[in-house]
Formats: sequence, C-alpha cells, structure tokens
Amino acid sequence: MRLAVLDKGHSVGAKLMFGMIRVFSGQRVVDAVKLVMYRPEFYGNPMKRITHEAMRGPSSWSVGDRELMAAYVSKVNGTEFCIKAHSAVAGRAYRDDARVTATLADLDTAPISEPLRATLRMLGKLAREFTVDAGDMRAVLAAGASRAQIEDALAVALAFNVTDRLADAFNFAVPGPKAFAAGAKFLLARGYR
Amino acid sequence: MADITEARKAIVARILEGEGKASREQRKAAFDNAGLSEPLRTLIEKVAKSARTVTDQDVAAVRAAGLSEDQIFEIVVCGAVGQATRQNERGLAALAAAAERV
Repeated sequence: MRLAVLDKGHSVGAKLMFGMIRVFSGQRVVDAVKLVMYRPEFYGNPMKRITHEAMRGPSSWSVGDRELMAAYVSKVNGTEFCIKAHSAVAGRAYRDDARVTATLADLDTAPISEPLRATLRMLGKLAREFTVDAGDMRAVLAAGASRAQIEDALAVALAFNVTDRLADAFNFAVPGPKAFAAGAKFLLARGYR
Repeated sequence: MADITEARKAIVARILEGEGKASREQRKAAFDNAGLSEPLRTLIEKVAKSARTVTDQDVAAVRAAGLSEDQIFEIVVCGAVGQATRQNERGLAALAAAAERV
C-alpha cells in the first residue's frame, strides 16, 4: 500500500474488525478491505452502494456472469489483485474455474453464451479505449443481450474501473490463493455491503 | 435491472462537494483530469489512463510538493471515480444511440 494511512490509519473500530476477520478467516485483511474501511464516509460507504447493487442487485445476469465481467475488465486494466479476486468469486459462483480461466485466456473461444461474449468484448473496448460507439452497442444487442443487460454490465464496469484504478494507484499487495479463496467465500455469502 | 443511478450521483456529490482535506477545486480538477499543475497532473493522468504505471516516485513527488496522505487519498479517489464515470456515461450514451435505431 503506497499510503501509510490506508495501511495503518484506521479507526479503532475498523482495527477491531480487522482482528476479527483474521481470527475467523485465518487470513490477513486484504488491501481492498483496508481501502473501503479508511474514512468510509468519504469513499468506502458510497462506493459499496454502487458495487453491491451492480454485483448483487436485480439483474438477468447471474452473479457468476457479473463476477466474470469484473475479472475481465480487471484483466484489460491489468490489475492483478482484482483479476485474482474476482476470478476466484466467478469460479466459485459458477462451480467452474475452467470457464473463468478460458474466458480470460481467449474470449473468442471461451465456453460462454454469445450475449455474454459480446458484452465482455464491449466492456473490454470501453476499458482499453475509454469509449465505445453505437456500432459497438448494436453488435452486443445483435448477439442477443438486452438493453437492460447492457446497462447492468456497464454498472459492473463502473465499479471495477474505479476499483482497479485505486488498486493500482495505491499498489494493493497481492496475497496467495488461500486469501482469495476465503475472500470469494465471503463475497458470495455477504456481497459488497 | 440493477439501478446505480442514485448511488452514482451520491458518490460524485460526496467526493466533490462534501467535507474533505483537499480543496474542492483540487478534487474537481482531479475528477475532470484537467487544470492540475505538476506533480499532481502526472499522477492523476496516470490514475485516469494507465493506473498500473503509477510509481512510488509519482506519489513521493506529490507528497514532497506538500500534500498530506489524506489529501492524496481524496484526490486519487476523485481521479479514479471521474474517469470511470466518464466511461460509464459514454457507454450509456452509445447504448441510447444504438437503441434508437434498432
């Protein structure tokens, strides 16, 4: 973590919670949690509202699909912490890690639905080029995604285009697979609130 | 459908207009990635366009220019939320344009 306040500057209540997390999960608190718990009234609380609604709110995309979008956007942004964190959640939600690995390795041949593939392609372009046009959206609609599904996907992208930037700017430490497995279990049970 | 419209407005209002250690002018300039002077300009340009290339030196330079860690925290958050918000708006506008012609 590049800012010491994000690592050690939390309130007493937050520090107590970190201790509880260590006891119950057997894992150190990851930097993503430290970020949202630092002065939470400024960033963490309002951001959690967006992330929870996008990832767990009503949608015709499954939780696994939305976690896969989070992992895919993070891959395009090049953010290792978020790729690993959300690949773990997507794999657990789908009960299929291979689908996640295949999607991140080669979108064109991945064993996923055509609407999801076209949606991920569009989210990738938006992350890479910072914009998309009506033609890109027509391609996603033509592949069978509904307008509501595309809006839902854009909400996921908003959450992760923020989170990825902060993970990289603040230099989140990347823990081992056990920490991400514990995190995935927690995020599937509790969401992002 | 998931609805983040109000939540998106709320975070933008909070980080730009609410209480903070950085000035509102600085937070808005970071959000817009426009009108900042060095060394903040370089840091926020990277946050917006290539966050994975941010270095310890980029942050150290901003600290050396007199900004506190809390101010840096706020300004970087504004830079990230600003860029992601613009991308979200462009996506929604492209979708509206495509849906009109379907």
